[in-house]
Amino acid sequence: MSEKPRKIEITDPVTITVDGREVTAQNGELLIDACERNDAYIPRFCYHPRMNPVGMCRMCLVEVDTGRGPALQPSCMIPVAAEMVVDTKNEQVSKAQDGILEFLLANHPLDCPVCDKGGECPLQDQTMAYGPGESRWVEEKRHYEKPIAISETVYLDRERCILCDRCTRFAKDVAGDPLIHFIDRGSNTEIATFPDEPFSSYFSGNTVQICPVGALTAKPYRFRARPWDLEEVESTCTGCSVGCRITVQSSRNQVLRFQGVDSDPVNWSWLCDKGRFGFEAINSEERLAEPLMLSSDGTLSPARWAEALNAAADAIRAADPTSVAVIGGAQLTNESQYAWAKFAKGIIGTDHVDAQLGDGLAAEVVLGLPGATIDQVCAPGSTVLYMGPDPKEELSVLYIRLKHAAQEDGVQIIELSPAASGLSPYASASLHYRPADLPKLVEALLAGELPDQGLPGIDAAEFTKASQALLAAEQNLHVVIGRANLAESADCVAVAASAVHQALPGATFLSGLRRANLRGALEAGLTPGMLPGRSSLAEHGQAWKELWGSVPSTAGMDTTQILQAAAASKIDVLILLGADPLADFADRSLARRGVAGARTVISLDRFLTASTRQADIVFPIAGFAECEGTHTNLEGRVTRLNQKVTPPGTARTDWMIAAELAALLGKDLGVERDAQELWDEFTAHSAVHAGVSSAALDHPDAADGLLLDLGPRPFVTPVAPHVAPQSSYSLRLIVNRTLYDQGTEIHHCDSSSGLAPAASVRLSPADATPLGAEDGTQVTVSSPQGSITAALVIDSGVPKGSAVLRHNLEGADPGLLIDSADVVCEIRVEVS
Amino acid sequence: MSRFSPANLRLAQEIIRRYPVAKSATIPLCHLAQEQDGYLADDSMAQIAELVGCSSAEVLGTASFYEMFKMHSVGKFCLGVCTNISCQLLGGEELLEHAEQTLGIRPGGTTADGLFTLEDVECIAACTEAPAVQVNYRYFHRLTPQDLDQLIEELRSGALDGVVPAHGTLGKVRQDLGEDRIANITPPEDQTEPVWLRRHRELAEAAAAADAGTPSAVGNDS
Ligand code: SF4
Ligand code: SF4
Ligand code: FES
Ligand code: FES
Repeated sequence: MSEKPRKIEITDPVTITVDGREVTAQNGELLIDACERNDAYIPRFCYHPRMNPVGMCRMCLVEVDTGRGPALQPSCMIPVAAEMVVDTKNEQVSKAQDGILEFLLANHPLDCPVCDKGGECPLQDQTMAYGPGESRWVEEKRHYEKPIAISETVYLDRERCILCDRCTRFAKDVAGDPLIHFIDRGSNTEIATFPDEPFSSYFSGNTVQICPVGALTAKPYRFRARPWDLEEVESTCTGCSVGCRITVQSSRNQVLRFQGVDSDPVNWSWLCDKGRFGFEAINSEERLAEPLMLSSDGTLSPARWAEALNAAADAIRAADPTSVAVIGGAQLTNESQYAWAKFAKGIIGTDHVDAQLGDGLAAEVVLGLPGATIDQVCAPGSTVLYMGPDPKEELSVLYIRLKHAAQEDGVQIIELSPAASGLSPYASASLHYRPADLPKLVEALLAGELPDQGLPGIDAAEFTKASQALLAAEQNLHVVIGRANLAESADCVAVAASAVHQALPGATFLSGLRRANLRGALEAGLTPGMLPGRSSLAEHGQAWKELWGSVPSTAGMDTTQILQAAAASKIDVLILLGADPLADFADRSLARRGVAGARTVISLDRFLTASTRQADIVFPIAGFAECEGTHTNLEGRVTRLNQKVTPPGTARTDWMIAAELAALLGKDLGVERDAQELWDEFTAHSAVHAGVSSAALDHPDAADGLLLDLGPRPFVTPVAPHVAPQSSYSLRLIVNRTLYDQGTEIHHCDSSSGLAPAASVRLSPADATPLGAEDGTQVTVSSPQGSITAALVIDSGVPKGSAVLRHNLEGADPGLLIDSADVVCEIRVEVS
Repeated sequence: MSRFSPANLRLAQEIIRRYPVAKSATIPLCHLAQEQDGYLADDSMAQIAELVGCSSAEVLGTASFYEMFKMHSVGKFCLGVCTNISCQLLGGEELLEHAEQTLGIRPGGTTADGLFTLEDVECIAACTEAPAVQVNYRYFHRLTPQDLDQLIEELRSGALDGVVPAHGTLGKVRQDLGEDRIANITPPEDQTEPVWLRRHRELAEAAAAADAGTPSAVGNDS
């Protein structure tokens, strides 16, 4: 099988005999792993190194002698003990393997020629390697309807299932979505969902990868290729900032599948479905394949590269540097980010550069606080203060790691969130604060007592539990921060994090910001006031000036300020690096006025988005799997991204466009051949990147990537935002994300685009009852900015006094309610 | 999604409270639902899942493991004819065939009047009384085809109403357990000796006495 045994550190060695050889194993580890590590691979179906064993299939029987004589034992259920004598190959063992395979095949349809698993099927492979070669079964096999859809993406062929319990164990133990289960018993046992409750788990694709037969197949890959036709490279998923390791598999220059790779510090072989099936967007018919320019009739029309580049260079040349602004860049490779930081700040001379769209955290917070890795956060003995977004929706595989930490390793999670999340069931304490109250709540937790008048929605008993756990954590406190509410100022969580940092200086921080390479963008200086390598413009400007020739003289504006300036016609050139402010900036009105107000909009994108449609010049870019480079995940872990296919049409990598524009402006970006030159320049001049040079990344020990220096920079305490007293608008708005939304990527994935939920307004029963409304009633939500209408969902996970709307779903746009100048958004809800 | 009657819902909540872990009440609640409706409806399973805090698929998976939970509506009387080895040797299969003819249905089917569901069952642990039949899990022993016809007649006429309960009743969930009667509350030393254990002890004592040449009597009241 493709799974590798988990790497372990041998702390309690014992000697056992395997096939006559004395070998060292860790006391108590599973025999199947110990044998595999010592070159005695034992065939198996149900055992998976990342799940608890169940001893379901009996394929792993070996002869074990613990002093009472040899007996056949399932090696996946036997912990290693000193002086065990194991025979993995003798006659008894072969006979057992023959028998098990004959049994497994008794009801198996053997329809390999039409089975997607053929060629990479453990049942096929192990039958060839260990099987009897013939069957005595002459009776009719059992028959079931050939594949039935158990979800939108996963199909189940029950005839092929060998009942190994891998998919069901995964669903329950790993994902926490026990939507599939064995039903019936004996030879009638089958995998099933409950009627009308499909296996709609965000992680369903993993079951397809781990099914040892062709019983589970995924719609996006069914009948597309044979394993022997696939070529593959390893890379890192850029669906979000977790940075799961994957193999990118292609055939005939078309990406056909992503499979999870077991990266021990990150994803443990799991992927979320958004990431796994995200490859479909690469092959979309709607990819931009040539540059576009606004023609005289007001439409975007195809243009030649030289024409578009010249027009862009002319616009930049004609503009005052301080009237040029760059938004976006979080999806770029580290190399392209560095190229654009250098081009914008060193060549154009503007510091109005921001990779975030008002939905992140200030670079000082992300880069300034001492860093924590996922492994540190999830290590046994750790206490986690979770103040980030719903990880199941936004950082899905981090959710899997946190859930495992809480359930299997006794990690205590203290969750502070505006509403119940996918993490809440696993938290040892879960407090749901009123939007904007987080700083007060954290202060109270650190002080160990609630203010006399209490805090709205905070239960005193739960508070005490949380506070005690927090104060008892000391050196083992790890804090996850992020934006749980897009309608609340980022200052709230920054102030809360800073309070923890000051009170408990040993605490380390993991920033849970969603955009894939956002950490890389901040490290590369795609943020106002900063230069690459966590250096600030004010302090380290001189050093970079020596390398680049020039740097901006003063710190620039962030996205909100850029859009405000653009709305006031003060921005001549607005460059969008894969950014779509019209969909992603929380304050819809400002985004519209900003994009419309910029004189020339230049967009680099893979697709036509709401914002690129407003652009004057559009450059098609090469995206994931189409270019080489490196990536930095949310921890600060740098991994390689590898190219597997060629980009559509004449699309180019982002750094090439920066280099061409620089040349047209009479400057040299310092890159001639490939992205590696950029990386070499970057890592040679950034102290925090000293350990991640190209050579270091190519070292065989660096398969899981390399961490940047996570040490803190001097951290400036942010000022607590002033919240106006609650107005007559009686509820506070929470805007959060769902895994599937109307985002560009998802929209271009055929199998995922239909999975976005309908827009809704979620209220607590306590707020819904006085309205006389029930589930499905159309309600109108209004703020001083505007109003929207959507169906009501009564949700006991929403605290009284708040209302939850989802970001970027079809039908109701919370952006119409938000004013980016406010700390919180107050709203009124009425039955329409 | 609600299926339990208000009274049964209260009882369900009471049953859940008997267990340290709510999920342990899954099977008792399935019995309760089956007692109410005669079978376990999808709605009931979904409601039980909600009550005990697991997924509907988990309730279905658990319940479908057990033959005695019916996932479709069944007749008032579930008539199970054993065709396993002892009963087969003593005419179980002929009895089943006879039942098929009398009722006009195949095993698994239900008569049009909704009274009888016929089942071909494996050993029901009454081998000494073969061929054995169960009606709603009440036993009828050593039946000839004529006995079976008479049994069906009596069931139809209501003559056995006091003997054979409605399908789904297993009694246990109805127990109103006082604090003192919860299982294993009696420490071992206070428990009365089970009959079989006493019998073994007495036999052993008798043998020992015989060895020692002393006449002794074995208790004959067991
Ligand atoms: S569907 Fe596949 S993974 Fe699931 S039990 Fe069957 S063989 Fe195992
Ligand atoms: S969690 Fe993020 S990085 Fe991992 S597979 Fe999903 S989208 Fe990709
Ligand atoms: S691998 Fe051990 S029993 Fe299946
Ligand atoms: S064989 Fe019929 S009861 Fe045992």
